[in-house]
Amino acid sequence: MLLVPCPNCGPRNASDFAYGGESHVRPNPNQATPEEWRSYLYMEDNPAGWLKETWYCRSGCRRFFTVERNTATNEFREHPIPGTKLGGKA
Amino acid sequence: MSLLPGKKSSKPPRYSAAGLIVKGARKQNWPRVWRDVPLKKSYDVVIIGGGVHGLATAYYLAANHGITNVAVLDKAYLGSGGSGRNTAIVRSNYLTPEGVAFYDRSLSLYNTMAADLNLNVMFSERGHMTLAHTDSALRTMNWRAEVNKLQDIDSSVIDPSEVKKLAPSLDTSSNARYPILGALYHPPGGTIRHDAVVWGYARGADHLGVEMHQKTEVLDILVEGGEGSATDAHDGKGAGGKVTGVRTNKGDISAPIVVNCTAGWATLISDMAGVKLPISTRPLQAAVTEPVKVFLPTVVVSGSLHVYVSQTDRGELVFGASVDPFNTYSVRGSLEFTEELAGHVLELMPGISKMRLLRQWAGLCDMTPDYSPVMGFTPVDGFLCDVGWGTYGFKAGPVSGEQMAECVATQMTPKLIEPFRLSRFSTGALVGEKGAAAVGH
Ligand SMILES: Cc1cc2nc3c(=O)[nH]c(=O)nc-3n(C[C@H](O)[C@H](O)[C@H](O)COP(=O)(O)OP(=O)(O)OC[C@H]3O[C@@H](n4cnc5c(N)ncnc54)[C@H](O)[C@@H]3O)c2cc1C
Ligand SMILES: [Zn+2]
Repeated sequence: MLLVPCPNCGPRNASDFAYGGESHVRPNPNQATPEEWRSYLYMEDNPAGWLKETWYCRSGCRRFFTVERNTATNEFREHPIPGTKLGGKA
Repeated sequence: MSLLPGKKSSKPPRYSAAGLIVKGARKQNWPRVWRDVPLKKSYDVVIIGGGVHGLATAYYLAANHGITNVAVLDKAYLGSGGSGRNTAIVRSNYLTPEGVAFYDRSLSLYNTMAADLNLNVMFSERGHMTLAHTDSALRTMNWRAEVNKLQDIDSSVIDPSEVKKLAPSLDTSSNARYPILGALYHPPGGTIRHDAVVWGYARGADHLGVEMHQKTEVLDILVEGGEGSATDAHDGKGAGGKVTGVRTNKGDISAPIVVNCTAGWATLISDMAGVKLPISTRPLQAAVTEPVKVFLPTVVVSGSLHVYVSQTDRGELVFGASVDPFNTYSVRGSLEFTEELAGHVLELMPGISKMRLLRQWAGLCDMTPDYSPVMGFTPVDGFLCDVGWGTYGFKAGPVSGEQMAECVATQMTPKLIEPFRLSRFSTGALVGEKGAAAVGH
């Protein structure tokens, strides 16, 4: 069982959430080339290690949030406050 | 390149009842069926991943094209990935014409496999039934049936009374919580012993001179002259580069051609060459019950209930579902899976409520956005992929091996796998198979 740390509701079972997948910066749709746009749509980093990802708290606060999880061990680490530098090597 | 064409079609020796008796009477051990030889410094082709895809590619390179200076490398043992963990379902009733043609070729190779490899692969053509519980599911079944019929595939939509006749244990009454409205029935579908397929290809390839190296992990791919990878712009990897070999835990190997057949680990390998893939890794779980008398003659799939079931020759029920809901490389089973599975199976077959689960397990699946694979050349010269097999790659093993071998030998993309090229994700020409592959693997 995976306990997902919602910033509002605290740790809850993964089945309370919808998984949003890898968090990537969305290119500007008016400026991106079709190639860039499709790479944003389809390509994945898929690391076996720390991954920045999005979850939706479906049965709780109904908010989206990003966290970092290690996809090899499934441990979470607290996501830094927006604007601060990531600690450690991602 | 010095890949000499030439045909060699000799098969490995046959197993016989007489041999069994003689060996038993003399208390002899069975010899190992593939050699354990030292790793060489160079090969014509290096295949990463000793699952059904890697082994089939190696086998057909040798059998169809006479290319035998080939090494298959696996970081663990042959069949340790999805190839030894799947629920062994084969079928060709897909949704797109490209998919149907491709999987149908695989089924015909499976049909002659026992004779081709001189090994009983226990192919059981028991029929495959995909239930529809909603009008929209029924519509998809009709759509699939029409696409299938146009390509001469035995596939049709049947009504609940016919479903009941084929599988009397199913609750086909109209007061079920999710009443069965009909089903897509595909008689040529069935199951096949997955381990035997892995061993059969390994044995066949070995017999033709291919080397299998277990516990040989690829740590890096050696590429020269590329525009740089995402993490290092000066490492010479990525588009425009040329493969020169691989680095393993047992030393460097030089090879002009490296084929990535690592399924759930596919992006880790392609990252080593500087090639990005549209793949995320998800576990798929399965479970098996204690054995009981045979009562379920066909494979039954329910997309709406996220479950499928078949009964083995030994009498166990084998269950599967859809992939776990988040990316991970961990293959730990979960209680949610078992609970949901049991609930849904009992909706379909209330009669088996007293049966006990023996065990459950998981394997890694390399999911693509359109539920179709990624096959053939990449922007790095000499680095080929046969990945993106998701939850449906076992049945595709033979045709993938055959086509990838042709791709390597001729240096051209065969027609059958042309739709599955990596570049479809930059042009937008996706091959959407979700409607036929999301639950029924
Ligand atoms: C529970 C379950 C049920 C399934 N049911 C079905 C089904 O009914 N029908 C169907 O068609 N498909 C099914 N599948 C999917 C199918 O099993 C896979 O798509 C298929 O086995 C993939 O085969 P492969 O040879 O490409 O990869 P795998 O068999 O996964 O082999 C990949 C190999 O690569 C090796 N490897 C990884 N990294 C390295 C490295 N760095 N160096 C060297 N070697 C490495 C691994 O050790 C592994 O042996 C199922 C899968 C699962 C998990
Ligand atoms: Zn919440």
